[in-house]
Amino acid sequence: MSDIPPAIELVGISKAFGPVQANKDISIRVMPGTIHGIIGENGAGKSTLMSILYGFYKADAGEIFIAGQKTQIPDSQAAIAAGIGMVFQHFKLVQNFSVLENVVLGAEDGALLRPSLAKARKQLKSLAEEYELHVDPDAIIEDLGVGMQQRVEILKALYRHADILILDEPTGVLTPPEADQLFRILGRLKAEGKTIILITHKLREIMDITDTVSVMRRGEMDSTVKTSETNPADLAERMVGRKVLLRVDKTPAKPKDVVLEVRDLNITDAKGVHRLKGVSFNVRAGEILGIAGVSGNGQSELLEVLGGYEKATGEILLNGVPLDLTGAHSDGQSRRARGIAHVPEDRQHEGLIMDFSAWENTAFGYHHDPDYQINALLMDNAAILRDAQEKMDRFDVRPADPLLSAKNFSGGNQQKIVVAREIERDPDLLLVGQPTRGVDIGAIEFIHQQIVALRDAGKAILLVSVELDEIMGLSDRIAVMFDGKIMGERLPENTNEKELGLLMAGVTDGESA
Amino acid sequence: MDFFTIVQLGDASVRMAIPLLLACLAGLFSERAGIFDIGLEGKMLAAAFVSAAVSYTSGSVWVGLLAGIGISVVLAIIHGIASITFKGNQLISGVAINFFAAGLTVVIAQGWFAQGGRTPSLPQDARFNGLDFPGALSRMRDKMQASPGMQFYSEFVSGHSILVYLGLLAVPLSWWILYRTRFGLRLRAVGEAPEAVDTAGISVVRLRFSAVIICGILCGIAGAYLSTAVQAGFTKDMTANRGFIALAALIFAKWRPWYALGACLLFGLFFAIDIRFSNIQLQIIWIMVLLLGCAAALTIYAVRREKIDVIVLGGLSAVLAAVAFTAWFATASADGISIFAALWETVKVPSQLIQSLPYLFVVIVLAGFVGKAIPPRAGGQPYVKER
Repeated sequence: MSDIPPAIELVGISKAFGPVQANKDISIRVMPGTIHGIIGENGAGKSTLMSILYGFYKADAGEIFIAGQKTQIPDSQAAIAAGIGMVFQHFKLVQNFSVLENVVLGAEDGALLRPSLAKARKQLKSLAEEYELHVDPDAIIEDLGVGMQQRVEILKALYRHADILILDEPTGVLTPPEADQLFRILGRLKAEGKTIILITHKLREIMDITDTVSVMRRGEMDSTVKTSETNPADLAERMVGRKVLLRVDKTPAKPKDVVLEVRDLNITDAKGVHRLKGVSFNVRAGEILGIAGVSGNGQSELLEVLGGYEKATGEILLNGVPLDLTGAHSDGQSRRARGIAHVPEDRQHEGLIMDFSAWENTAFGYHHDPDYQINALLMDNAAILRDAQEKMDRFDVRPADPLLSAKNFSGGNQQKIVVAREIERDPDLLLVGQPTRGVDIGAIEFIHQQIVALRDAGKAILLVSVELDEIMGLSDRIAVMFDGKIMGERLPENTNEKELGLLMAGVTDGESA
Repeated sequence: MDFFTIVQLGDASVRMAIPLLLACLAGLFSERAGIFDIGLEGKMLAAAFVSAAVSYTSGSVWVGLLAGIGISVVLAIIHGIASITFKGNQLISGVAINFFAAGLTVVIAQGWFAQGGRTPSLPQDARFNGLDFPGALSRMRDKMQASPGMQFYSEFVSGHSILVYLGLLAVPLSWWILYRTRFGLRLRAVGEAPEAVDTAGISVVRLRFSAVIICGILCGIAGAYLSTAVQAGFTKDMTANRGFIALAALIFAKWRPWYALGACLLFGLFFAIDIRFSNIQLQIIWIMVLLLGCAAALTIYAVRREKIDVIVLGGLSAVLAAVAFTAWFATASADGISIFAALWETVKVPSQLIQSLPYLFVVIVLAGFVGKAIPPRAGGQPYVKER
């Protein structure tokens, strides 16, 4: 084997964004015909490294060898010419173009479109047969599901004769069945001799599909090992640099009275799309109800109604008293006054004001609190600041500096600020949307512990997450949403990922047989 | 209204539509590439002045045209440097170009020709003159007595300056470039998803600059047309907000070349009505029906919409209704007759009302009265690689 040069060899790659050293002296070898995983926490520098390989960023130092040849990759054009294709986490597709136009863009054969499109149509057909990548070439991208859009991205790379395919967090937006299908396709590409680099933070995927795995931590390469010679706990420890609990440690729930009761909730948006279709469920004090589902199936709207900033029809009772759903008498403020705390899904837009300091952010939504006022006109900033400092210390926010802008904290620490603000107010009901999206493993552990602690204090918790592991680990009951409806409720001990995955894809028991 | 009047109206519509059309296509190329350009007006105005001044000085209208295109392209490149290279705010850069052109044209014209901020009247051979097609009648009296077909050929088809035919030709040409060439595909892509273009290994900067330069060329022709074909020389603010109307037409046209032709011809018709019927006579009752009809349509539409539209459109219909009733009651009291009798009185429609028609229509278009127009997705945003 030693006489075959590696498909890719990076030597001493360094890259800084201002004062932030995203990549520090990174070296890595990827053998041809293998699936190589790169794993690390958010901000560990995985995506930066791959963007350098794809010519999206220029490295400050270091060398790139493709198939043993030293190669300069100043831009994406050069990367494509070197046989590298990349599927970004956020797809780089033109939404209102057809599949064909997207595939051809940048790889046209001449100044006129017609011959290029005709050739691409023929090529797509043979690629579809070779790799089971069937997509309607005339479909418009925005009409396609994310799984299909991802296929288009893979086809784009293959159409440009990529031998090396980089996928950045490819399963983040997929249902489990879609992810399985993607892995089958990747297996097939590998069998055809393609080299695949898979960037992910999901340990299970690494264990399932890769041949070798490199672990990155804080911009540095920790180690590269054979997947068969490692295990998830070992990888997690390498990623974080200390031992972590992969399972949520919790005792069985002791549910009490019903706190939240939702009856026949319906939402039709401005475009006339029916977003919620008769959603009913309840949450008891002292339990966590997890809502699983692929994003965009009505979970966001559900949280928005409960949080008081979306209109709906139907009925929501909190401790037996109805909430206003017309939007006329409700907003986040009035909901908080009723004892509903909300950790929103999109913390950077809904949970925080990124340009404001941490101490200001810890008061938002509760800034009318009498503790924060000097008199009817003036706010007591000193009190808020003291309070913020206390919360930040207790929630181990790093750096624990309340004067720093929210945008200067890492994702995990931003989320800790939001969670601290919402939990510390002793709510009856906590709404939590995607609590650990973009949060590193160490902080995930902490946030999960806080949520469980709140449950044990006898509060009702509604958890919405697209991460099945999180739903399975944290929930006392699981409801699955698909297309604005609750497909069913399960107990975590009586179900498995496969069953939930099918429900998330809209397949009910009758059809799955 | 006889047939010849209709032909004349159509002829004037086309003539008035051409500068709008060229500016509209200019905006189309720029905005389809993701660069909003509120500076169409300024570029047209600068081109109008420079082409008139250079035509007068050199004696050749073609040299004037080239000079006009030149200044317009220079301004377009400034807009490009501000908004593409330095990732500045595209609106502010455009507004700056408008102010720059509005002020400097007059100042330079005064310093150069000392005729109160205008250029001297251009002699016949320093202008774009109408092309008479073979067999076309040129004398008005002959035309009026000719057969309808001949009237149509002589007045509507023949007799325009070469820039009119060029402008009309620009429509299919733009369509072909946008939808049938590699450049067009990339141009449309860069206005929708520049990151897709970038990762495909194509330079976003180069593409957007090409679009902005095409915009400059078309604006240059539009400006030259105003000062060397429609009129014989430059006067202060002679573009009369056509750059902004072109932007409204662009939205009306949903950023498509053929629709742009339709939209600009419609605006051209309004201008033509102003020219031909500046003292139109109508019975009060028809004025009431027209104005109240418009007001009712606007109100019915407005109530289905969001708050801001209710305010804008509701306010507009209130103004229309107020104008209608004022005209009615004022006629009654002036003539000393009952208000019912006044309904059948014939009055002259104020020319200001006719003149305001295209601008009124702009407000209606921008209020979304003509259906939802989806602008290019990346429009107005400088492209920055995400971290």
